Amino acid sequence: MRGGIQGLKAIFGGFDVERVRRDFPILSRPVRGKQLVYLDSAATTQKPRQVVEAMARYFDQENANVHRGVHFLSERATGAYEGARERVRKFLNARDASEIVFVRGTTEALNLVAFSFGKLRVGAGDEVLVTGMEHHSNIVPWQMLCAEKGAKLVVAPVDDRGVLLLDEMEKRIGPRTRVLAVAHVSNALGTVNPIKQIVERAHARGVPVVVDGAQGVSHVRADVQDLGCDFYAFSGHKIYGPTGIGVLYGKAEHLEAMPPWQGGGDMILSVTFEKTTYNEIPYKFEAGTPNMAGAVGLGAALDWVDALPLESAWAHESDLLAYGTEALSSVPGLRLVGTAPDKAAVLSFIFEDIHPHDIGTVLDREGIAIRTGHHCAQPLMQRFGIAATARASLGLYNTREEIDALVVGLEKVRRMFA
Amino acid sequence: MSSELDDLYQEVILDHGRRPRNFHRLEDADRQAEGLNPLCGDHFKLYVKLDGDRIQDIAFEGSGCAISKASASLMTSSVKGKTIAEAEELYSRFHKLVTKGPEAVRLPDLGKLAALSGVCEFPTRVKCASLVWHTLKNALADQQEVVSTE
Repeated sequence: MRGGIQGLKAIFGGFDVERVRRDFPILSRPVRGKQLVYLDSAATTQKPRQVVEAMARYFDQENANVHRGVHFLSERATGAYEGARERVRKFLNARDASEIVFVRGTTEALNLVAFSFGKLRVGAGDEVLVTGMEHHSNIVPWQMLCAEKGAKLVVAPVDDRGVLLLDEMEKRIGPRTRVLAVAHVSNALGTVNPIKQIVERAHARGVPVVVDGAQGVSHVRADVQDLGCDFYAFSGHKIYGPTGIGVLYGKAEHLEAMPPWQGGGDMILSVTFEKTTYNEIPYKFEAGTPNMAGAVGLGAALDWVDALPLESAWAHESDLLAYGTEALSSVPGLRLVGTAPDKAAVLSFIFEDIHPHDIGTVLDREGIAIRTGHHCAQPLMQRFGIAATARASLGLYNTREEIDALVVGLEKVRRMFA
Repeated sequence: MSSELDDLYQEVILDHGRRPRNFHRLEDADRQAEGLNPLCGDHFKLYVKLDGDRIQDIAFEGSGCAISKASASLMTSSVKGKTIAEAEELYSRFHKLVTKGPEAVRLPDLGKLAALSGVCEFPTRVKCASLVWHTLKNALADQQEVVSTE
């Protein structure tokens, strides 16, 4: 066993993984008679009790509809909801809270950009540039837009390690390119894209950049002013918050110019049958009663993350990734898919000729949760000539011992199928 | 190793997964259909040669997990030589087996297919086992569109 090698208990500069684990009751539950080993945080992270408690407190003490009531609870609920927006602003270092739109998740955020900003900017014969490593949610909305407008979807290629080829990308920025959409971190490979550089190159050609930050925010710094991107989308549930709440950051100048994409309550200032005056940003994009408890939970999750010594927490994650990369590379017959030098939290692999689904089923009986399949990135899988991979993905609460358990589990898989 | 896992991956399943029977293209097939399980990437092509209402020959090619491949191998072995009505009857028994469990059927009626009885304990794998049967149904109905389990 590798466990305990060098007795490194992963206390990196004040980051104590054992203490962190105590915030996640689910991590101590047995699964199929074994200790749970949760290696599927890229699908969704577990939630610390602080998030669950904040949401319970909201329901127990503050719940009412926001932005409309004159009564006490409505004011409290509005305060909690808008407080969460300010919390997100601070986390992303956006200039103004009006640049933070609450949505259901990354998918909805990207659809909003495609169907509001995209409709405004993209016309017949124009081009939308994406990369070869995008999640379906950063492909399909653009494809739908292109089909509607008679525009063309152009793809920037990745190399065999899963690195985006920047020069190839730049070559594909032409006079008709209207928008570039790119993942901050690839969900299937773990590649971290150099967003700042990408933005510089795109902006030099007058092309706005939309960043899919679903896998970004929890692993790398997402300072939108530093990155310079025009839009940044992420989901609460991938950064220790609840499902059903996500964020679209957009530069105010864009949001101001964009038409609303859903109509209803809250997004209006006044309505007559002749004419409706839309509300200001960000409310223009938040039709209907929002996910208030979700926003509160997301705020609590960001509080939880920010209370950590974040640099050392990420150092812990990088250490785990390096440890896992070495451990898995030494398993005979195992091949890592995605070996970019700049990587975060994802160990995607194929093992002998054993189908990932069979690997997942056997590991599950050992209490080990991994994801198997195409990870909603079928074009990327095709690029690598495979149908699917097994993917172990990491969160701040994972340990070297859990990587060891994965390696032991894989030996069981081998014994069964070899 | 848990016994449920041993029930799922019985020796017969592992054997058929590794060395699938009837695993080739059938040049003179008069029916064919395609089955796809997009979640895990199982993808098979099924070829059927009919003699009246009898399945004279049947074969498949493609790739998939051990369960889907073994199921395809066992299915083709089981229905070869049977009439369409007999194959359909076998399918309804098989469906009961993988969704309701071995208690719900008379195992001897299933022959080798009984090896897939462990699948019922793994709800996410039922569609792996069923994929090729859905594909057979389409092939026999002469429907060209791809069967998808999603």
